[in-house]
Amino acid sequence: MNAAFRIPGAGRLSQAKTASFSFDDKSYTGIEGDTLASALLANGVHLVGRSFKYHRPRGFLSAGAEEPNALVQIVRDDARKTPNVRATVQELYDGLTANSQNRWPSLAFDVGAVNDIASPLFSAGFYYKTFMWPKSAWKNLYEPKIRAAAGLGVSPDKPDPDHYAARYAHCEVLVLGGGAAGIAAALAAAETGARVILADEQAEFGGSLRFESGAKIDGENGYSWAQAAVAKLKAMDNVRVLSRTTAFGYYAQNFVGLVERVSDHLKSPGRELARERLWQVRARRVVIATGAIERHMVFANNDRPGVMLASAARTYLNHFGVAVGRNVGVYTANDSAYAAAIDLKKAGVNVAAIVDLRDNPSGPVIDEARALGIEINFGRAVVSAGGKLRVSSMTVQPKNGGGERTIPVDAILMSAGWTPSVHLFSQSRGKVAFNDETKRFVPGTYAQDCVSVGACNGTDGLSATVDEAYAAGAKAAKDAGAKTGKGIKPKVDASESWSRGMLGAAPGAGPGTTVKAFVDFQNDVTAKDIRQAVHEGMRSIEHVKRFTTNGMATDQGKTSNMHGLAIAAEELGKPIPQVGLTTFRAPYTPVTFGSIVGHARGALFDPTRRTATHGWAASHGAVFEDVGQWKRAWYFPKAGEDMHAAVDRECVTVRKTAGLFDASTLGKIEVVGPDAAKFMELLYTNPWEKLEPGRCRYGIMLREDGFIYDDGVVGRLAPDRFHVTTTTGGAPRVMHHMEDYLQTEFPHLNVWLTSITEQWAVIAVQGPKSRDIIAPLVEGIDMSDEALPHMSVREGRICGVPTRLFRMSFTGERGFEVNVPADYGEAVWEALWAEGQKHGAAAYGTETMHVLRAEKGYIIVGQDTDGTVTPNDAGLDWAVGKKKTDFVGIRGLARPDLVAKGRKQLVGLKTKDPKVVLEEGAQIVADPKQAIPMKMIGHVTSSYWSENCGRSIALALVAGGRDRMGETLYVPMPNGTIEVEVTGMVFVDEKGERLNG
Amino acid sequence: MAKAAAKTNAASPSVERRPALAGRAVSAAGVKVEILPPAERISLRAPQASLAALSKALGVTLPAKPKTSATKGGRTALWLGPDEWLIIDEAGKDPLADCAKVSALHSAVGISHRNVAISVTGPAAAVTVNAGCPQDLSLDAFPVGAASRTILGKSEIVLMRTAADAFRVECWRSLSDYVFTLLSEAASDAAN
Repeated sequence: MNAAFRIPGAGRLSQAKTASFSFDDKSYTGIEGDTLASALLANGVHLVGRSFKYHRPRGFLSAGAEEPNALVQIVRDDARKTPNVRATVQELYDGLTANSQNRWPSLAFDVGAVNDIASPLFSAGFYYKTFMWPKSAWKNLYEPKIRAAAGLGVSPDKPDPDHYAARYAHCEVLVLGGGAAGIAAALAAAETGARVILADEQAEFGGSLRFESGAKIDGENGYSWAQAAVAKLKAMDNVRVLSRTTAFGYYAQNFVGLVERVSDHLKSPGRELARERLWQVRARRVVIATGAIERHMVFANNDRPGVMLASAARTYLNHFGVAVGRNVGVYTANDSAYAAAIDLKKAGVNVAAIVDLRDNPSGPVIDEARALGIEINFGRAVVSAGGKLRVSSMTVQPKNGGGERTIPVDAILMSAGWTPSVHLFSQSRGKVAFNDETKRFVPGTYAQDCVSVGACNGTDGLSATVDEAYAAGAKAAKDAGAKTGKGIKPKVDASESWSRGMLGAAPGAGPGTTVKAFVDFQNDVTAKDIRQAVHEGMRSIEHVKRFTTNGMATDQGKTSNMHGLAIAAEELGKPIPQVGLTTFRAPYTPVTFGSIVGHARGALFDPTRRTATHGWAASHGAVFEDVGQWKRAWYFPKAGEDMHAAVDRECVTVRKTAGLFDASTLGKIEVVGPDAAKFMELLYTNPWEKLEPGRCRYGIMLREDGFIYDDGVVGRLAPDRFHVTTTTGGAPRVMHHMEDYLQTEFPHLNVWLTSITEQWAVIAVQGPKSRDIIAPLVEGIDMSDEALPHMSVREGRICGVPTRLFRMSFTGERGFEVNVPADYGEAVWEALWAEGQKHGAAAYGTETMHVLRAEKGYIIVGQDTDGTVTPNDAGLDWAVGKKKTDFVGIRGLARPDLVAKGRKQLVGLKTKDPKVVLEEGAQIVADPKQAIPMKMIGHVTSSYWSENCGRSIALALVAGGRDRMGETLYVPMPNGTIEVEVTGMVFVDEKGERLNG
Repeated sequence: MAKAAAKTNAASPSVERRPALAGRAVSAAGVKVEILPPAERISLRAPQASLAALSKALGVTLPAKPKTSATKGGRTALWLGPDEWLIIDEAGKDPLADCAKVSALHSAVGISHRNVAISVTGPAAAVTVNAGCPQDLSLDAFPVGAASRTILGKSEIVLMRTAADAFRVECWRSLSDYVFTLLSEAASDAAN
C-alpha cells in the first residue's frame, strides 16, 4: 500500500519493506530507510509541532540536523521518552511512537496559540522587561508558568534504563563529514595506510549527493559512487567508518568528541547494544568536510507548515521518493531552488511558479526550468504565505512594490543561499573571515592542525570540492607521517554548482514592517525583533543575540545566524564583518547526558573501595558508612540494638575487655632511603633523627602557613625505613604533598616514597585483654611490656603470616595494630576474633573509635581542626620539636597572628546537664543575654554520648580556651540555651595509666 | 640497604590467603577479562648508578626507556618513571629478597598484596581497555612489552601489553572491583 505522497519509482528506498508507526496516536505506514519526517510527509502530514513562544503551527523546514521546527517526543516505554527529537534525523522503525510537543489540548487546536494573537506583548526582550516585579512571583508564578507555556518536550521522570558506551581512539586523519568532500579526503588519506576515521551524522553516507541528482563521479551517479567508495573504505583495515555519528565538539590539540547513535534506529535493540557510544578521538590531523546549510527566505508567515528549504524538498523526493506537495511554489534568491523545481516537475508535481528575487539571472538550470514550462518571475518577492495549519498560497509582489498576486500552492520551497558550516572550525578556535563577494564567513586563520574542504570552506562546485578534498586528505596523511599513497583521484563527470544568494529580510519584511517574518524558527525570533533590539540600544551582535535569543535555541541558529546578523548590520548601518559573528560552541547538535556519562553510572559512577575484612563485617551485621570512596564498618548492632545501644556496648567492651577494629583504610607510606630521617624532619614538626628503630612517634604535618595538615603514628623500621600512617581521607593528598616537597624543595635527599596503604590490612586490637588475644598467634616477637612498650613496632609473624606489629593506641587502652599483607587480612581477623571471643571482645566500628578517642582528647584532623588550627591551638605544642631549625610550616608558625593571644584553642566541654549531647558545629557564646547578632567565641568540633563517662562529652575550639578552664559558656540552640563548662580535653584516665593496663 | 621484612622460610601461614576477586572472569565476543593469580611485586626506586647492580640481582635488565618493560624467567620489570620500576614476579620468587642483597642505593618496597592483576585478552582487548584508557593502544604506539602507568576511568592503573591481543592491567586491591567491572562492561561493547 502506498502512502499518498510517495511517488512510485522515485527515491532509493525499497517500497517492499514497510514499517508502521504512530504520530499523536494516529497510525501511519512508512518504509524502511525513512526518517520520521519523510514518512509523515509521504502521508501528507506537514503539521508536526507548535512553536516555542507563539505556539504557531509548524512543519518541516529541513531534511537534516539543522531542523528547528519538527521537534517531537519519541516514546519507547515509560522510561524512554526522548523529547525534542528532530523528526528529520529520527530514523523510522516498525512500531515507532512519536508525539507532538508544546500544544494543548491538541496540535491542530492549541490554546497557547493565543500568544500569537497577543504577540505584541511578547516582543523581543519581554522576559527582561515584563517579569521583574514582584520578586516573590518569580518562584511561584513566572518561572513555572513560563516554563509550562514556552516549553518544548517533557523530560522523562524515570531513570534511564539504557546504557551508554565510551571509547577513546587515535588516528592520523579524522574526517568529519561523509559527503563528497569527506569521502574523497578519506580515500586519499586511507590509501597512504594511515589510520583514518570517517564520521558522518547521517545513516547513509553521501551528504548532498542524496539530493544532487545532477552529480556524476567516476561514471556513476554521485550517491552510488559515495556508497561504493564507503564500502571500499570499510573494507580497509586502517579505516574506521562511523555512520550516525555526530562530531559535536572540537577541543584542544585535535581532541574531538563524537557521539554515535548505536540503537535509536532499531525496533527493539538488544540489551547488549548501547544506546549511544561516545568517541573521544585524538587525531594528528583533522579534515573538516561539514558542508553547507541552506538558508530560508525571510518573509511574512514563512513558518507555515509546507514552507521548507528547497534542498529539503529535493532530498525528500530524490532520496525518500516523497513529494512534499502536489502544487508547489518556489521562492529563491539563488540557483539551487531551480534544481528542486526541476526534479519535482519531472516527477510529476505541479510547480505553480518560481519567484526569483534576482532581476535577470541566467544559467542552465533557469533554461531547463523554462524549457519544462515552469512559470518564472524575476525581480519579485513572496511577501506573504497564506494558510494556517498548512500553507495554501503565496502572495507575490514586484520587489520594489506594486500589485500583489496570490498564487495557490500547498508547499513553498525556498532558498536564500548556502551558509558554510564553520561550526567545528570555529570550535577549534579558528577565526572565520568574511568573503565580501560571496557574502559568507569561511575559515580564515587556523588554530589547530586541521583543514576545511568543500562547501564548509566556501568551495563551490563538486569538481573543485573533490579536487580540494582529495589533495587535503593526502596532505593530512603525509603531514601526520604517512607514506605517499598510490590512489586515483575520483573524477567528477557532472556537477551542480551554485553560490551567492541573499542575507537578511526579503522585501515585505524590511524596515518599518511588523509582519511575522521568522529569522529563528525555534526561538520564534522575527526580523522585526532583531531591529527592535538595535533600536533599544543593542550594538554588539552578542547583545542582539541575547536580547532576542536569536540563534540560542538547540539548533544553535544553523539557519538563522546569518540572517539575524545581516538584519542587525543593516539596521546599524555597518558592514557585516564589523558587527561580527557570535562564537560557535559545542555541542554542534544536542548531546544526551547519557552519552557524556557513558559507563560511569551505578557501581561505576565512582569506585567503591572495600577493605579485606569487608565480607566478615557484612556477615556480622555491620552497618557501613562512606568515608571518601571507602566503605567502613560504622557499628556492629546485635539483634534489637539501635546505633546508640550498639555504640555504648562497643565502647564499654573495649575499655572492659577488648575490641577489634579494621583500620586498614588509614593511609600508609613507606619512606625509604639513607636520608629518610632527614626528610621526615623536614615534613613533620617532630624530631625523628633520634627515634630508634623499632619505636613509634605521633607526628604532625603542617602546611607552609603553619596550620595542621595531617597527623598519624610513624614507626621507624630501620635507620633508613619509616612506616608512616596518615588519616584515611588524607592518604592521597599527604602522599602528593610529600612527593611535591621531595621533588621541588628537597631533591637532594636520597629518599623515596611508596604508598603501601593497600599492601597492609590493619587490625586494631585495643583494650586490657588485647595482648592476651594477640600473643597466642604471634611468633618471633616478645610481647612483654619491656620488649614491646607502648609506641613501638616489631616485624614478625602472626598466624604464620608476616606482620608489622605496632603497639599503639587510639583508645587510651593497651593497644596494638596488626598489619598483615592484605590478602591475609580477613583470615587473620577471623583468627584474632576467635581468640577475642574467649575474652568477650567486641568488634567495633568507626563510631566507637570516634567516641573512645574523644574520651581521651585525641583529635581527628579535619574534624577538630579545620585548616586554621596550629599545633598550639590543638594543645599539641609538645609535638613540635623546639630545637628544630627547619620544617615545612616553621616560618608560618611564627606569624604574628599565629602567636597572638586569644586564638581559638581546643578544649573540652561538659554540659551542665550531663544528659544533653551538644550538636557538632554549634556556636558558643560567653553571654547568652547579649543582643543578636551575638559575638560567637567558638564552636563544638566533636560531641558524643560517653557511656564510659555516664555523660555527654565534647571538644570545642574556643577563643582563649585554655584560660577559661572552669568557666561557664553558653550554646544557644533553637530550643533554648545550653550551659556548658570548659574543661580539659581528657575525660577518661587523665594519667594515661590504662595504656599499660 | 636495610632489609625490609624480607621473607623467611619459617612458618607457613596457618590461615588462608584470600585474594581479591579470585577467579572472576567474564567473556564477551572477542575478549576475555579475568583476574590473574597473585604474584610477587615490589616498587623499586633507584638512581642510574644503581641500575647495573639491581639488574644483576633481579636477573632482569631494568629498562631505561619510557613505556617499556623487560621480562626474563617469569620476572618483569616495568618502567614507570625515570627512577621507578614495578617488578612483577610470577615464578614464585621474591624480588624483595634479591634486592636486599644489593648495597647500591635504592628503595625496594613490597607491594605484592597492594596490586591486583587483570588480564584482558582477545582480538577486542585493545578496544576494551580503550573504553576507559585514553592511550593510543595501536601496536605501533603500544607494542608488545609496552607498559605505562595510566588511568582507566576513575582509577589509576599500570597497563602492559603482553601479546598483540593481550594486556595486563594492574590496579590497587580496593579498586579492583571497579576496574574489573568497568572492563567487563567495556568488553560487552567492544565487539559491537
